[in-house]
Amino acid sequence: MTLSDPLVVDFPLRKPGVPFPPPGYAGYREHEGLVLSHLPNGDRVWLVTRHEDVRAVLTDPKISSNPEHKGFPNVGVSLGVPKQTQIPGWFVGMDSPEHDRFRKALIPEFTVRRVRAMRPAIEETVDRCIDALLASGDSGDLIADFALPIPSLVISSLLGVPPGDRDFFESRTRTLISIRDSTEEQRTAAAKDLLRYVNRLVSIKEKWRGDDLISRLLATGSIATHELPGVLMLLLIAGHETTANNIGLGVVTLLMNPQWIGDDRAVEETLRFHSVADLVSLRVAVEDVEIAGQLVKAGEGIVPLVAAANHDENAFECPHMFDPSRSARHHVAFGYGVHQCLGQNLVRIEMEIAYRKLFERIPTLELAVPVDGLAVKTDGVLYGLHELPVRW
Amino acid sequence: MRITVDADRCVGAGQCVLSAPEVFDQDEDGLVTLLMTPGAEEEAKARLASGLCPSRAITVHED
Ligand code: HEM
Ligand code: SF4
Repeated sequence: MTLSDPLVVDFPLRKPGVPFPPPGYAGYREHEGLVLSHLPNGDRVWLVTRHEDVRAVLTDPKISSNPEHKGFPNVGVSLGVPKQTQIPGWFVGMDSPEHDRFRKALIPEFTVRRVRAMRPAIEETVDRCIDALLASGDSGDLIADFALPIPSLVISSLLGVPPGDRDFFESRTRTLISIRDSTEEQRTAAAKDLLRYVNRLVSIKEKWRGDDLISRLLATGSIATHELPGVLMLLLIAGHETTANNIGLGVVTLLMNPQWIGDDRAVEETLRFHSVADLVSLRVAVEDVEIAGQLVKAGEGIVPLVAAANHDENAFECPHMFDPSRSARHHVAFGYGVHQCLGQNLVRIEMEIAYRKLFERIPTLELAVPVDGLAVKTDGVLYGLHELPVRW
Repeated sequence: MRITVDADRCVGAGQCVLSAPEVFDQDEDGLVTLLMTPGAEEEAKARLASGLCPSRAITVHED
């Protein structure tokens, strides 16, 4: 098959004030083959935009997740996120079969049954955040005081972080992800603090086992002690800002579409509609491979845009509509293939509880600024809001 | 219609349990197990699970 010259576009970073979904993606999907772009550092990358093609890329054994391969699109690094991928145990950056040992060790912690059992603890966490909001007056920032603390507190209880250390834990993870409000040095320092803390936690659990994820992993021994800190950092980082951004954007979407407040199907639709992890599933070809008729050479970077795939008319009817009744779980907001999000069922429950409790307990909730005045994240690999000022 | 599952391929995403809890479960290791052969009532849900499974661990046989 011969293709005309590929479409060449700017790298799809978000622009201030531009509403979701990102303009231009539709034009990318209609163009045959793949779309060529350049990273902020000048490297060539192929953008993949159709649902079917994104699924194909994420299951192709000739395509790797390992950032050590030449040509891997280091989008995050070029934007200033500290390079965490060097840590042993960072299995999202490994391919099968190395990856699978870590994944298999963690699966029992994230089964549907296991995360359902965490429901009462998550409800309590969400209630405590709402108590604090209500106690503080009649307005607040739902990102700082609701969306960010919930996933951090949930993951720290899962890992067995003692309650007294959770504020420390939360403040460091917050610095790590706030690209706008912290310097590169501050983020590196926060990452080091966390890694040191996690190391200490592992050595404490080695002596005093408890009923928590770290203790159970130590007991089975399937992950070596020197790999554990990397695994724990991954759980922490993978599940924090992703969840927070979804909660924040979801609240705005529900305020704009109040007929869906109280309907749990909104959870799945916010995941698809916002696709916050648009630039997360980065890949590189390790052999020549044809995708959508386009030859991608070994060593060329590939960026599957999950937001584009989740707004593909061939996979979703009227994709631009926020319509929870579609109950569509074939979206790729959690990726696809062996790396599909390990925390997905935990997130579903967190989001469901967060939305339900927030609107039940604060029924007069409203935005304190116009929707187009919300500060959108334009500087990271995740899409979301910097702040979400509300009043009640 | 017949269904087979391959626990070696399973990555524990739980899509099958969410789609058809009558048919699929996750065992102690979090890997897929088959609870029953889907009858007429479960057929559509089981097919959906097979389509959603990110690691193609669920195969539908049309015999
Ligand atoms: C709404 C929130 C979330 C979104 C949108 C999300 C999205 C994703 C995506 C797109 C991937 C695939 C990355 C790739 O293909 O390279 C992924 C992987 C992963 N996620 Fe999530 N995630 C969320 C929350 C969480 C939570 C709460 C946790 C854990 C507590 C978590 C843990 C992980 C892990 C460990 C991986 C790597 C899995 C592997 O490589 O096998 N995520 N996530
Ligand atoms: S959907 Fe597939 S990968 Fe997920 S638990 Fe079921 S069989 Fe395993």
